[in-house]
Amino acid sequence: MRTAAQRSAGWLASPLAAVLFLFFVVPLAVIGVVSFWSYTGYSITPAFTANNFIGIFDGCRIGGAGPCVVLSTYLSTLFFCLITWAITLVWGFCVAYFLVFEVRSTGMRIGLGILCTIPFWTSNVIRMISWIPLLGRNGMVNLALMHLRIINHPLEWLLYSRFAVIVAMVHINTVFMIVPLINSMARISPALIEAARDAGASWWQTLRNIIIPLCRGGIAIGSIFVITVVMGDYITVGLMGGEQIASVGKTIQTQIDALQFPIAAASAVLLLAFVILMILALLRLVDIREEL
Amino acid sequence: MRQKRSRSFYLMGLIFVAYVLFLYSPTLTILLLSFQGPSGGLTLPLQGLSLHWYHDLMLGHGLPNIRGALWNSARLGILVSVLTMVISVMAGLAFRQKFRGASLLLYAAIASLILPSIIVSLGIALEFSLANKVVMAVGDMLASHFGSGHGNFFANGLGMAGNWIDDHYQTMMGLFTSGLGAHLTWTLPFGLLIMFAVFNRFNPSYEEAARDLGATSWQTFRFVVLPLIAPAVIGVALLGFTLSWDEIARSSQAVGSANTLPLLLEGLTTTVTTPVIYALGSLTTLLSLAVIGLALTLFAIGQRRVRGAGTKS
Repeated sequence: MRTAAQRSAGWLASPLAAVLFLFFVVPLAVIGVVSFWSYTGYSITPAFTANNFIGIFDGCRIGGAGPCVVLSTYLSTLFFCLITWAITLVWGFCVAYFLVFEVRSTGMRIGLGILCTIPFWTSNVIRMISWIPLLGRNGMVNLALMHLRIINHPLEWLLYSRFAVIVAMVHINTVFMIVPLINSMARISPALIEAARDAGASWWQTLRNIIIPLCRGGIAIGSIFVITVVMGDYITVGLMGGEQIASVGKTIQTQIDALQFPIAAASAVLLLAFVILMILALLRLVDIREEL
Repeated sequence: MRQKRSRSFYLMGLIFVAYVLFLYSPTLTILLLSFQGPSGGLTLPLQGLSLHWYHDLMLGHGLPNIRGALWNSARLGILVSVLTMVISVMAGLAFRQKFRGASLLLYAAIASLILPSIIVSLGIALEFSLANKVVMAVGDMLASHFGSGHGNFFANGLGMAGNWIDDHYQTMMGLFTSGLGAHLTWTLPFGLLIMFAVFNRFNPSYEEAARDLGATSWQTFRFVVLPLIAPAVIGVALLGFTLSWDEIARSSQAVGSANTLPLLLEGLTTTVTTPVIYALGSLTTLLSLAVIGLALTLFAIGQRRVRGAGTKS
């Protein structure tokens, strides 16, 4: 039997439930349904066809003639994913380590922590535009390198390139590693680290055998954020890649712009399945409820 | 007495400083370049210092449709911030007790936060275009069945409604329908997680005292809980505003024909070739920073208040 308190709790949660149902659950279901529909010209019609999915894998038959576009797109996106993940993980880990274990005063730690997280609350688009005067052909990086006589001609690959995409992705996403890692590290008892030192463990051994294993949860959560953001990204790849580089998200956007909604929906289903599998794999490493 | 710093302090400290420089140098660069002289371009060197590009921005020179986009982002942001605040507080209160579907709702909120925005955006766009089809089909049906004008009063009403839909109805999609929903799927999970943090530190003995003194649950909330959490609640509203103000990935497909500031900025990157875009970027960032600074101050005040309430008698 439900108590009055439970009934009122259910009532209090209903606006959140309604918003998530209308604008998250139903849209996902609609994507699933429409991915089996067919389309002609500008209109979509209800049907039950696997053609959209077959179309995505067009040219992917082993020994087939055409290029397997979906595979190369996923590989290109995974390339961004892997590099961004590795850099944000190492850099974010070091930043979190410094804040938690090296900064001694609490006030200083909070202040520096805020310093690292504040740009998250500003516009990503502006943060990407802000790289133009630094990485452009006549940008500060090229000017500095030429001034130092390291190069004679400006580097062309600094902006509107894979390099630029990775720079912007690291710039935007490292915060997603830093916050969960700070959360994990702050829970490690200092007594544990002291005990390791007393028992003769070196700094590296303490890091390897105590701190990193205890940060597993934070690493998993940070990785989930970075990987899902990068896998679905289309804005960074578009802006920083000069609209020339393929990514899974960008493909979906192109299909939407071409009004090929059922194909876009099928691509979205594929991406969703891929992302969910990656999240499930990462969740095997950690009990997420302990981290909240 | 200060202990001597270890080598790891300097190594990690160096990496930390490098990160902060990396994090802030682009923003500071466009801030500097926004003061570029009238003859200056998008990159260094500075051709003098001036407020020329801010002046241009105020007049709307070189930035078509900027006023409309600013106005759209501002009113959507305000609406999102108010709704985020109200819905998050209600849900935060709900999650202090057990209720049916609680863990399902929590998983839905977290999934809404982490699943790729392009999928959410496309889903909302499809949902609304299907809804449009349904409305049009109903309109057609009503018009063809009852549109002749030879039925009774009720049938004629339906016929007129059908004709009206056929003639005037265009779309349900828009800034304050699908756009609002898309933004809420992004802001509400943040609001909920912050309310979890607020209520985790909340001392329930004050509510118990209020209840023992005969307060109803509404009175307990209104006169005991709300005053204690008020700064954090306003902080949630402010965070909701900045999240909405800067949101692009979910808006892109879901706001219909309307434009928001980030969408306009994205489009302008390829067409605008003067530092006026830096002036706009700097001002927008400044607004976000002011709002977030205010929110952080309120969280600090709120924490002191809740903690104070827990220790003082």
